[in-house]
Amino acid sequence: MSYPLTRDQHLELYYYMKLNRMLDEQLVRLFRQNKVVGGLYSNLGQEATSVGTAYALEKRDWIAPMIRNVGGLLVKGYKPADILMQYMARYDSPTKGKDGTSHFGDLKGRHVVSPISMLGDLVPVMTGVAIAGRYLGQNIVTMTWVGDGATSTGAFHEGLNFAATQHAPLVLVVENNQWAYSTPVAKQVPIHDLADRAKAYGIPSAIVDGNDVVAVYQATKEAVDRCRAGKGPVLIEAKTMRMKGHAQHDPAEYVPKKMFEYWEARDPIVRYEKYLTENNLWDEKTKSDFVARIEKELNDALEVAEKSPFPPPELAEQGVYCDGCHTIEAEWKRSKKEAMPPQSSVKPEWEVTDFGGFDLASTMAKQSAAAGANGGNGAKSARTVAAAQKSTGKSNGRPEKLKVAARVPFGRGPKGKEGRK
Amino acid sequence: MAPVTMLEAIRQAIFEEMERDPAVVAIGEDIGVYGGAFKVTAGLLERFGWERVIDTPISETAIIGAAVGMSYQGLRPIAELQFIDFIACCFNQITNFVAKSHYRWGAPVPMVMRGPSGGGVHGGPFHSANPEMYFVHTPGLKVIYPSTAYDAKGLLKSAIRDNNPVLFLEHKFLYRRIKEELPEDDYTVPIGKAIVRREGRDLTIVTYAAMMHSSLEAAETLAKEGVDVEIVDLRTLLPLDKETILQSVKKTNKLLIVHEDTRTGGIAGEIAAVACEGAFEDLDGPILRVTAKDSPVPFSPPLEERFLPNVNDILSAARELAAY
Repeated sequence: MSYPLTRDQHLELYYYMKLNRMLDEQLVRLFRQNKVVGGLYSNLGQEATSVGTAYALEKRDWIAPMIRNVGGLLVKGYKPADILMQYMARYDSPTKGKDGTSHFGDLKGRHVVSPISMLGDLVPVMTGVAIAGRYLGQNIVTMTWVGDGATSTGAFHEGLNFAATQHAPLVLVVENNQWAYSTPVAKQVPIHDLADRAKAYGIPSAIVDGNDVVAVYQATKEAVDRCRAGKGPVLIEAKTMRMKGHAQHDPAEYVPKKMFEYWEARDPIVRYEKYLTENNLWDEKTKSDFVARIEKELNDALEVAEKSPFPPPELAEQGVYCDGCHTIEAEWKRSKKEAMPPQSSVKPEWEVTDFGGFDLASTMAKQSAAAGANGGNGAKSARTVAAAQKSTGKSNGRPEKLKVAARVPFGRGPKGKEGRK
Repeated sequence: MAPVTMLEAIRQAIFEEMERDPAVVAIGEDIGVYGGAFKVTAGLLERFGWERVIDTPISETAIIGAAVGMSYQGLRPIAELQFIDFIACCFNQITNFVAKSHYRWGAPVPMVMRGPSGGGVHGGPFHSANPEMYFVHTPGLKVIYPSTAYDAKGLLKSAIRDNNPVLFLEHKFLYRRIKEELPEDDYTVPIGKAIVRREGRDLTIVTYAAMMHSSLEAAETLAKEGVDVEIVDLRTLLPLDKETILQSVKKTNKLLIVHEDTRTGGIAGEIAAVACEGAFEDLDGPILRVTAKDSPVPFSPPLEERFLPNVNDILSAARELAAY
């Protein structure tokens, strides 16, 4: 399937990627000037993945970025000054200096959940946001990114398994940047394609060239639409490359020089510039206007950041608890009555149509007629039936993958075997 | 109204809160169709449906993680840990994700994590834990451990309505052993307030959960010996009600702390420090403590009996202290 982009959209994609890149370069300069507090985690080389995935979402949708997803934060409406002040530990940063890097978020406006440093933890959290969104009738999709390394964590597997059993509208982007700190992906995972992780959970997956922003967008948009249609989670593996060390202190000498060269030749921004030129989507002047505009934005942002003070020391012990500083209210997009008795009442019984025997096919053939006649869990209204089936994992024990193509409904990306040791 | 068990009081709290507010949802292992390992959630699914009563895979990290995500959407999830021992499986989610959320980026987490805790039922090393101190040592959480049916219902309601993550520990030895008449009307018990269960002049026992009952029993015996014991039931361990503790110590001048948790790093040490900082001049004797032994909870009855503190342990410590 193809999702055409307008010229403006093409240029907007360029703007976010280039902003992501130039902001990264600005942060490196600030790091060398000792203006960054703590570590600096470069996004270099991964801009197309962050921007292309986030761009496929709507305003109502939720994201939870990881540390190299500044591009996604920019698409969601955060400004360069926010990122600079986070890295510079200033009082006017989104966390007021309580946390750094991309560790911030905004529940109400931009629908961004802050990551933590423990990898994989966002997968169950964004599953929770997704099923709550379904319950509230919001018709939202949630998205989070994990690296190749995070696919080894328990939280990743618990979260994805739960998302799959719940048919949660979650797009999980596995950003395979080839390196988990200093360890290559082959020493992390005994399979070639991380997309294969999806097989174990009976959900569809796709592999995409993570350095091709249009391809990333297309694959993600299809996944997002699929989620929004209530068809459950999708895993997208974006093959890309971390072009710097884990953080600024790490010269990444463990990466073979040839591997850097391979990926250097596939730089997502250079490639996209060529694409825009070849498709007559811009000219030299448009390009230089973009660069000038971004330079100005970044200079202005730095001015704002440098003017911002460090936080007052007494802030250290404030805000541990919510003592009435927040009003907590769910955003209902359906009638609350549907969620309340008597409408919510159901027959508390599992509908078991697959008895799990070895002769699976014949058992299921015999059972399928009965299952069709039964309806879903005895729920009352049509809406509740659908919702109940979704939230309990369709037919409770019957994996949906039997009906849906288990893999790659929308094409595979490059195998990318080159450059792998 | 007929008297109800602590278990029934907890069930009523969840039921009534779900009836009151559609933002309240329940999530956990075997809580729906089966009604929970202890039947605390029996009847919930039938009344509130599949969307609000979510049976999960055996994935504690996913349960807590999903509950956080739901709370970010403005829901108020009640996450059940089938036995509280399994809270160790989601320690990271609770201590790093949940507890730091509001502090780091101003995202409140209005959720309750609850589960059957404590020993005395021969549950062995993995079904008897008192994990409170891992979490009392985690700023951002609130920790509740009630001793009566009335408090359990009132505190659980407060916990569900609270804007912060609350760990609600239910002593499973008490589930069906204590009964109480409860008010018909909606009521809550404030979080962070201890209560004086028994007034006395000679000696203060600070305690909570199942040991509150052992302490009360000991107090009756001591009364016959002429020692008038005051019993402070903490109810909430975090935040700790220092004021009520200090008031009582200043009145009786003697402090004995009793808990079922193990000794080293138990809350008795913290309370002793509070007393030293706030009432040193008022103390007429050493601060003593009666606790479980520093070992895992053993399985076989004679071993578990030896491990757990009992009325006799409390009596001898109290007599020793009263002699000063």
